[in-house]
Amino acid sequence: MNNSISKNHQMPSEVTSLIQGYEVVIGFETHAQLLTKSKIFSRASTQFGAQPNTQACAVDLALPGALPVMNIKAVECAIRLGLALGSHISSKSIFARKNYFYPDLPKGYQISQFEIPVVQGGEVQFFLGEQPKSVRLVRAHLEEDAGKSLHEDFVGLSGIDLNRAGTPLLEIVTEPDMRSSQEAVAYAKELHKIVTWIQVCDGNMQEGSFRCDANVSVRKPGQPLGTRREIKNLNSFKFMQQAIDYEVLWQIEQIEEGKKIQQATVLFDPETGETRSMRTKEDAADYRYFPDPDLPPLEISAEWIDQVRASMPELPRSMAERFIKEYALPIYDASTLTQSPQMAAFFEETVRHCGQPKLASNWVMGELSRKLNEESVHIQACPVSALQLGAIVSRVARADISNSSAKTLLDSLWSDPSADIDALIQSKGLKQVNDIGALEKLIDTIISGNPDNVTQYKAGKEKAFNALIGQAMKASKGQANPQQLTELLKKRLQ
Amino acid sequence: MSSIHDLTVFELTRALKTKTLGAVEVAEHFLDRVEHEKLGSFLSHNRDTTIKSARASQVKLNSNKAGQLEGLPIGHKDVFVTKDFPSTAGSKMLESYMSSFDATVVAKLANAGCVTVGKLNCDEFAMGSSNENSAYGPVLNPWDNAKVPGGSSGGSAAAVSARLIPAATGTDTGGSIRQPASFCGITGIKPTYGRISRYGMIAYASSLDQAGPMAKDAQDCALLLSAMCSGDPDRDSTSLDIPAEDYTTHLNDSLKGVKIGLPIEFFGEGLDTGVRKAIELAIDVFKDLGAEFVSVSLPKTQLSIPVYYIIAPAEASSNLSRFDGVRYGYRAKEYTDLIDMYKKSRSQGLGEEVKKRIMTGAYVLSHGYYDAYYLKAQKIRRLIAEDFSATYKKCDVILGPVAPTVAWGLNEKIADPISSYLADIFTLPASLAGLPAMSVPCGMSDAVKPLPIGMQLIGNYLQESKLLNVAHMFQTLTHWHTLSPTQAKTDSPL
Repeated sequence: MNNSISKNHQMPSEVTSLIQGYEVVIGFETHAQLLTKSKIFSRASTQFGAQPNTQACAVDLALPGALPVMNIKAVECAIRLGLALGSHISSKSIFARKNYFYPDLPKGYQISQFEIPVVQGGEVQFFLGEQPKSVRLVRAHLEEDAGKSLHEDFVGLSGIDLNRAGTPLLEIVTEPDMRSSQEAVAYAKELHKIVTWIQVCDGNMQEGSFRCDANVSVRKPGQPLGTRREIKNLNSFKFMQQAIDYEVLWQIEQIEEGKKIQQATVLFDPETGETRSMRTKEDAADYRYFPDPDLPPLEISAEWIDQVRASMPELPRSMAERFIKEYALPIYDASTLTQSPQMAAFFEETVRHCGQPKLASNWVMGELSRKLNEESVHIQACPVSALQLGAIVSRVARADISNSSAKTLLDSLWSDPSADIDALIQSKGLKQVNDIGALEKLIDTIISGNPDNVTQYKAGKEKAFNALIGQAMKASKGQANPQQLTELLKKRLQ
Repeated sequence: MSSIHDLTVFELTRALKTKTLGAVEVAEHFLDRVEHEKLGSFLSHNRDTTIKSARASQVKLNSNKAGQLEGLPIGHKDVFVTKDFPSTAGSKMLESYMSSFDATVVAKLANAGCVTVGKLNCDEFAMGSSNENSAYGPVLNPWDNAKVPGGSSGGSAAAVSARLIPAATGTDTGGSIRQPASFCGITGIKPTYGRISRYGMIAYASSLDQAGPMAKDAQDCALLLSAMCSGDPDRDSTSLDIPAEDYTTHLNDSLKGVKIGLPIEFFGEGLDTGVRKAIELAIDVFKDLGAEFVSVSLPKTQLSIPVYYIIAPAEASSNLSRFDGVRYGYRAKEYTDLIDMYKKSRSQGLGEEVKKRIMTGAYVLSHGYYDAYYLKAQKIRRLIAEDFSATYKKCDVILGPVAPTVAWGLNEKIADPISSYLADIFTLPASLAGLPAMSVPCGMSDAVKPLPIGMQLIGNYLQESKLLNVAHMFQTLTHWHTLSPTQAKTDSPL
């Protein structure tokens, strides 16, 4: 992993911004649902949205005599995440049973990892604005999801849907390294980017594929950690920030009123924008964890790790590093372009066709992204190809067309991707006029047609000059090269 | 020719192959016996199903597509789930429970040609050593109906001993094949942990549970074991991924120079004089066969009792959590809410001994006690296995009694469960170490109604072949395995 960004990163506590004199401390637990076709310990499908209980086999239903068998693909996902985050991948990890009774937990225990998880340590690096940040991981462990209890559709009864039971999850746990809700959201977004980038999770927060729990506490600077409350199931980045902000102010208010914070699990209600306690530590269950005797220790050889490493894509962080070095892009551009592998690939292909990295970056991040957002089109489905954008950028770079003409061109190609670029420039009259003789003639016409503006400019009014340029551009139907025009006009009026 | 029910598996399958007997005729003979039995050994049987299966076998026998055990009637301990018969595990919790699949053992034996006659009584969820813990009543010892048949595979042992079926499956967690085999005068083997798939075996203690055959003699056990073993990596992660083996190949190997270890701890105080005498006579037989004897020591034999009664209940407490009345099995008729439903269903559906072990197990796994009980027990368990490893440097096979006494009286130990726990002392060490061990008839007690005495042979890992060879050679010189309670009770044992 390329660490050059992290070299100058500061410890979070050094850049703390206090809220009413309190320092905010946040740690995250994220459940990422893994992109495997079948469940973690059975062969039932993990497809979302099927009819209730149609994707639950004997193992998922915990029928008598059924036994779990590890899905190798889920382990591979864990290895990928570990490699992406610079973690230690344990050569031997242990599955444990977490025992509790609930109707959507068919076995009466959840198979998870307790004492020895598969992924240990590592860090998530990201930018908060221009500020480089790093959040350390404690661990990431494999576990199975529970089913769902459906309370709405049944009067006086609850329905149980076990389709989700046994879906593979990676629970990713951080150190309490974050110091603001903004930083927490930036971390969550970065982690979200990484898990989708390396294709271990589809990142769909609505469907619950990426669920975050935030452990929040506050303290006076220099004091030991305060008592934390855990906000459960934050399923959008927007709610995440709202929930943490509310929770922080609530905790400060409690402390200011002389009350003690009780360790608790809380839920965020998007309707009211408030968090409320579900259960306190006193109700905490004794899960009687012990190693699952049905599953031998999970052994991961160095060869296996090497195999997975060979199949890893270039990671966003090192790709951004490379963009900075190879294309001389600013940090902002590099990190924006590496939001998704598709965007980065589109950018690189555009550069390959035009040889203009900064211009290509401006166009991909700017006009192209704006249009994609506007029409809610993902970059994979962009009607204009990187080849076409490269051609547009090349012509802008050669001053064949102006920026505004280029936008017109992009619009035209968007609705008719099969059109020929040069034919479009021709037919729409988008070619920029760079010929000095023609421009001089244009200036003659403008000066003679606008004597008032000429007088005003000579009297020191800069605005009048812009008016003249505007007139000239209008007269040329936007085809005059504005830079050349400005120079020539200035010279003439001296 | 002796009666059909006195034939061994070896003789019966040969008679079927040579068409001396027909599969339907054989099935009917045993069904008649089962339908008239008064021992309580069968929990379910179904003439139509069995005859249908026997007819199918006959078709195969006629067309030379017969399996190794084609047409052999067999009974399955009721902890193996079956599609064609209810699978109750001796519990009210699973009264009339029908499985959607067959246990791997059941499927493999059916594949080899076995015809299932029915399901056999056992201690509830295989917890017990007298078969008195079955929700469906006790099983009587066929040699003396006032005595217990042993447990937990008491139905299997009694049924084979009483010639109701030629062979049966059993399971052994702490001696549940060996001890009832000993009490009923039959031969049984518990192979190395993992040698037979546990898929479809209703779990009691996952790290100890192991299936095995119970039959008249070692040769029959070898035939059955050959059909039952093999890895099952897609369904049971703890099964050893090694191919099936033909255990009949080495049955007749000479015992000249074979070293048999006699652990001093197996011959100490508390060993019944009659049992001791029978074992000593067996030793003489082995000397005649050319075997050599060495004195060995298994110093942690005593500790195997507390270790077992921590680990097995711990695993059971979790394994039995799935019996919650939510998806299948017994559910209380009346309850006020979810928790009440759990409490009443489990209180009413599970028996006393099972509840006792669940409580013990939950206790030893609970926070603050885990290290002192469960973890310590696991450490000692490893030491017990190491003791065996050291011992197998000095000998090939270990010999001792199966149980300190012959079968005890019905109701005799119900008020004092500890005394029956203590009686497991000689079978527990091999279970904890995961070693193959078998029970071989070696004498009869000196009483008005003589009771069988069993000798135990314990082998090193995967040395089933050696064990069966030693047992078989012993049986070529002795007749204990040929005695049956159905013959005149006045038969002299020698």
